[in-house]
Amino acid sequence: MPGTTIDLRLAALSDWTYISTIAIYFLAMVLYAVELAFSRKRAPEKELVAAGAVVVPSAEATPASAARPERSLPDRVGRMAVAFTVLGALLHVSSLVLRGLAVDRVPWGNVYEYISSVCAVAVIAYLVFLRRHPVRRLGAYVLLPLIVLMAIGGKWLYAQAAPLVPALRSYWIVIHVSAAIISSGVLLIAGVASVLYLIRKANDENPRRFARIAEKLPEASVLDRLAYRTTIFTFPIWTFAIVCGAIWAESAWGRYWGWDPKETCAFISWVFYACFLHARATAGFRDKTAAWINVGGFAVTVFNLFFINFVLTGLHSYAGVG
Amino acid sequence: MTDLRAFLRNTWRGLTSMRTALILLFLLAVASFPGALLPQRSLNAAKTEEYIQQHGWWGRTLDQLGFFEAFASPWFAAIYVLLFISLIGCLIPRTVEYARQMVAKPVLTPRNLARMPHHHQVETALPVDEVLSAARKRLRGWRIRVDEQQGTISAERGYLRETGNLVFHFALLGLLVAFGAGKMFGYEGQVILLANGSTFCNSAVLNYDSFRAGLRVDGTNLSPFCLRVNEFKATYQHNGQPIDFQSKMDYQIGDDLSGDRWQQADVAVNHPLRIVGDRVYLQGHGYAPTFEVTFPGGEQRSSTIQWRPGDQSTFLSEGTTKFPDPPGITDEHQRRERQLAITGLFAPTAQYNGAILTSVFPDLLKPAVAVDVYRGDLGQDSGRSQSIFEIDQVMVKSGKLNKVARKNLELGQDLTLDDGTKIKFAGVEQFVSLQVSHDPAQVYVLLFSVLMIGGIFFSLTIKRRRWWMRATPAGEGAAAGRTVVDVGGLARTDQAGYGEEFSRLTSDLVTELNKRGA
Repeated sequence: MPGTTIDLRLAALSDWTYISTIAIYFLAMVLYAVELAFSRKRAPEKELVAAGAVVVPSAEATPASAARPERSLPDRVGRMAVAFTVLGALLHVSSLVLRGLAVDRVPWGNVYEYISSVCAVAVIAYLVFLRRHPVRRLGAYVLLPLIVLMAIGGKWLYAQAAPLVPALRSYWIVIHVSAAIISSGVLLIAGVASVLYLIRKANDENPRRFARIAEKLPEASVLDRLAYRTTIFTFPIWTFAIVCGAIWAESAWGRYWGWDPKETCAFISWVFYACFLHARATAGFRDKTAAWINVGGFAVTVFNLFFINFVLTGLHSYAGVG
Repeated sequence: MTDLRAFLRNTWRGLTSMRTALILLFLLAVASFPGALLPQRSLNAAKTEEYIQQHGWWGRTLDQLGFFEAFASPWFAAIYVLLFISLIGCLIPRTVEYARQMVAKPVLTPRNLARMPHHHQVETALPVDEVLSAARKRLRGWRIRVDEQQGTISAERGYLRETGNLVFHFALLGLLVAFGAGKMFGYEGQVILLANGSTFCNSAVLNYDSFRAGLRVDGTNLSPFCLRVNEFKATYQHNGQPIDFQSKMDYQIGDDLSGDRWQQADVAVNHPLRIVGDRVYLQGHGYAPTFEVTFPGGEQRSSTIQWRPGDQSTFLSEGTTKFPDPPGITDEHQRRERQLAITGLFAPTAQYNGAILTSVFPDLLKPAVAVDVYRGDLGQDSGRSQSIFEIDQVMVKSGKLNKVARKNLELGQDLTLDDGTKIKFAGVEQFVSLQVSHDPAQVYVLLFSVLMIGGIFFSLTIKRRRWWMRATPAGEGAAAGRTVVDVGGLARTDQAGYGEEFSRLTSDLVTELNKRGA
């Protein structure tokens, strides 16, 4: 039977990598913050705006384009922050791979591993978006919740490397849970973007509100695009994850849908994101209402991520708490 | 009359507006919260009752308002029914519009392309018709309308977006109908069977320990099959965490039912047995101790009945084995004085704290029981319903049922009562709890879910976009014979990111023009 023996050496290595990941993310976050603090407000950073694009498509605007000699100090710090984020992401992925090798199964068999995977996806999603959009100024805000989540995961939800409980021994754990991880991770980014969008928007309307934070955020349109793009990318995957969950539930629990707390929560967040998509298409709800709904979806996603496993006992609670 | 019609029309318009749909959708999410946060009767009736008890007046009010069966409550139903009416009202005109668009040509080229969000202008030495043919070549895959007189091309692409959108929403309707049908025509029953060759036949509701029937199920048309549970095996790690549960069964279906031909099946967690439209699940397991009673007259009685596992990690179980018919007693009154009940704890792997029995491992390594023996009237004729796991405490309190012995027994050990009756802990059987489920509509639920995923994928990834070109002969003089080419683009989709594609398309066209011009 696969996955009944544990390689303790690899498991320990994975734990160390996990802790190093948090440290590196923390360092990156500090660097992002330093960049924010010392850069001029509303820096004339070139923004890739779709409207009025030039015909020549090779106009490079990626932050990682060819080095120019006179870079300001904050800019250099910001680039360093990105480099550390990449390093952190690499460590993060290796921590998961090591955990997987140690237990000879997918590295998302309990809440600790699940949170770690979700955070890894969030960081990668951020880095991918960063390649094409000027969102480096969001780095600190993206990393902060992830560091908190990972710290909670490592400190209170930590689970020893162990084989899976029988209910989880199914190939659906590869399909259903990975889809859920990808969606939750990317939706975290969408949520952060919407929160910041609301802050920025409030500041645009009344410059005294959130003045210190908002003036160094990207344009509202950039934040809006980040929130929207990530959500429409994720929604089909999230739908897929829920459907796969139902298929798995049919063979594991005897029914495809039973309003188990976790199922209900997944349903609620799905409806929230459906609301968001509809709000985007409804006059009068497009901007702030949509963003608020997305923040609501974000809250439900985080709640669903792990609170639900403590507050309530449902069928999903085997997922290894304590 | 006209007032009424106006009222109906306005109500319908209001209900089917996007704004209303949005609000209803939001309400649906909000109304689902109680279902996640409060205990639900359908999931855990005992916990729900406890919650109501603890919250007094507030708990009872919530109960009356249906908060403990949130998804079956009238307010939840009201929201989704309105939502689906609104959805239908929205889908009908959209479908008509969609059909109209599928046969229509792309819209005419606007007069001023420079006003479009995407615009570009080039000049070429090629004549107008050459420019048009170059553009047509590049626009393969687009739906186009060419006006050679005007020198314009209108092109549109991404119709699959609306297709996906409609498929998604119609599938959603289908999903709801299939979900409801499953609830109407489905059933679900639980039964506990000893894993020693016990049989169960899905022929009557009475054969189940508990049964939940859909509205249209009266129990007369259950899918016919029989099961025989031969073996149950659980494997554990050293720390007691389970690795695997497996049960070996035989089953009979169809013509075999009248004979003695059985087919083999292994049922495990995640691997139900699927036969004749029903599914049989292995939902749980536990132990059933066997007690052998030797009465003073030498007659023997033996009973094996499941005890309830309390702790899932050690399987310390509690229960009661009852002997309501002492042998050789015909007098009803006397019989009721001599009934026996053995009640207490069972440990698969025993450990003692002093004389107190606990279990340290879930597997059957060193079974032992700690029992109290009661004698007297079990109260089975009292009219009160009895749990199979407990004795009737009312009888104990009234002094009609008395404790006559207490002892820890290991396998094979026995105890003797004051009247010479011997009780022996003679063996242990395993039991499995099985669930039989029937849902004729679930395959349609799956079908509609797959359609929904496909629909939403196309609906969110495909952009509906338009591209126009106007080729106009340049004026007199030096520019004579040259052509001014104006291109414009518009995405009809929110945040489409059409810029890149527009640029690519346009620069391809320019390249092609240059090539032809050279």
